[in-house]
Amino acid sequence: MNRWLPFEWIAAIRFLKEGRTQTLFIITAVAIGVAVIVFMSALLASLQANFIKRVLTSQPHIQLIPPDEIARPQRFDRPGLAVAATVQRPAQRIRSIEQWQKIAALLKTWPDITNVSPTMVTSALAVRGDSNRSITVTGIDPDIYFRIVKIPDYIVAGQTRVLTDDILIGTELARDLGVKLGDKMIVSAATGASRVLTITGIFDLGNKAANQRSTFVALRTAQTLSNLVGGVTTIDLTVKDVYAADKIANTIGAATGVEADSWIKTNSQFFTAVNAQTLSNTVIRIFVGLSVAFGIASVLVVSVIQRSKDIGILRAMGTAQGQILRIFLLQGGLLALAGAIVGASTGGCAIVFWHSYLRQPDGTELFPLVIDPMLFVEAILIAAVTGVAAAAFPAFGAAKLDPVVAIRG
Amino acid sequence: MLRDIDLVLRRREFVALMGPSGSGKSTLLNIIGLLDRPTSGRLFIEGSETSTLDDAAITRLRGRSLGFVFQYHYLISAFTALENVMMPLLVENEFPSEKIRERARALLHEVGLTPWENNLANNMSGGQQQRVAIARALAMNPALILADEPTGNLDTKSADQVFEMMRVVNRREGTAFLIVTHNLDLARRCDRIIELVDGRISKL
Repeated sequence: MNRWLPFEWIAAIRFLKEGRTQTLFIITAVAIGVAVIVFMSALLASLQANFIKRVLTSQPHIQLIPPDEIARPQRFDRPGLAVAATVQRPAQRIRSIEQWQKIAALLKTWPDITNVSPTMVTSALAVRGDSNRSITVTGIDPDIYFRIVKIPDYIVAGQTRVLTDDILIGTELARDLGVKLGDKMIVSAATGASRVLTITGIFDLGNKAANQRSTFVALRTAQTLSNLVGGVTTIDLTVKDVYAADKIANTIGAATGVEADSWIKTNSQFFTAVNAQTLSNTVIRIFVGLSVAFGIASVLVVSVIQRSKDIGILRAMGTAQGQILRIFLLQGGLLALAGAIVGASTGGCAIVFWHSYLRQPDGTELFPLVIDPMLFVEAILIAAVTGVAAAAFPAFGAAKLDPVVAIRG
Repeated sequence: MLRDIDLVLRRREFVALMGPSGSGKSTLLNIIGLLDRPTSGRLFIEGSETSTLDDAAITRLRGRSLGFVFQYHYLISAFTALENVMMPLLVENEFPSEKIRERARALLHEVGLTPWENNLANNMSGGQQQRVAIARALAMNPALILADEPTGNLDTKSADQVFEMMRVVNRREGTAFLIVTHNLDLARRCDRIIELVDGRISKL
């Protein structure tokens, strides 16, 4: 008997030890439940983290664009005169963000914002010989822009040099035009302006449509093509906390008058999916937790009946009701704790094993594994609390036992 | 069940309680043992009147002043002999200190069970278990030990041993005993015999 343990702990541990089979079975049941929760949560967290990482390496966290142009009809609101006005939405010209240098300079001073990259986006035709394709031309300042969208990671041929006569194109466009590194192609914009550009790099963004349409040129080149010298159509931003992007976007919109769209808004479907996953995971957690709790409760209810004589003796020897209560609450807590420790480590090992077993055809991992140690701490703590709570009903029953009746059996 | 009971148990007394089954012996024992409350009448234990005490105080008084030995010994099977003897002391003191351990060892020595102190309760003979129960009843140094047919389940030799053990404890420690028994031989070796018939004391 350990002399550093209080009496209730000793009694609880001894009772659990004596009912060995029951104890083992219920610990196994708790362990399976906790393992499922840990495995699922770790898997979900990894997949979501992986998806978010993929999304965020190919697009800015916040994009600023000029506000829409709207028609303001003139009305003659005179008494007795009715005006039937049809207001037509004006066509949206490609416009520069007004005072973009000032806005960019302001945003650079905000501590939440890590990168500010002005870009010029326009559409154009890529022409080579008889073939032509419509493309999106993005004029960038490579040093800043590549910090937001990691084009260098996707380059399959050439380099990321973007001088005034250079262009980076996707693999699909290169195939369609029949061009290779170092070839020249004509880019003509809707404005009538056209330039001959040299292909310095070919990238593969992992998406066929993007590889067909996306091209990158120097900011100055795009400005010339779209007849907006000195202008930019968008300002791309990255922020420190990606999940705060929506809030920061709203603040920027209010402070500058431009339209600010966060990645959360532009990927709202993805977030709907994430929320649905998280919700179903929570529901599964709750029900697994409930079944574990009822398992523990039922084992302890039986144990109280089996031990009613022991309880009677303890009461006859002066054990207080509160002590009996604690003995059974502790048993619930200890069962859940032991089960949770076994379950959390099993679940953790299972996800690591499963992750290493599941490979892409080329042998690389399917997705990077994200295991938050807090997940284990949380699972174990919640299980212990659940165990104590589940023990409440049987424990009160044990404490309420009349010693005379209990001893007579 | 019980009527007109007027009974005084003195310190150091060794009393037998006899009577046919159904005469109220166990009820009387439970009331004196504070396990049951009387519907009327008063009970004094070491000078304190018990009908006004609340459950917690009753539990405390029961733990300190009274010891119990039952027919079916009722040791807690999950614990060893030594731990069963320590049990009443633990209830009071929470932590099993070396002092408590020593006290329990001394009590087991007194009932002659030192070699068996680490046996689980279930791995001992009936007589041995009953002696452990007596040691346990003595742990808090109670004024009175209530024994409900302590020898009822034992063979003659073990019954004699257990009875002698109680008598020795009574003389050495000065603990009073109230023993329910059907065995007239044993009852005659007590200081006094109380006989219950139909809930009344018929002979003192």
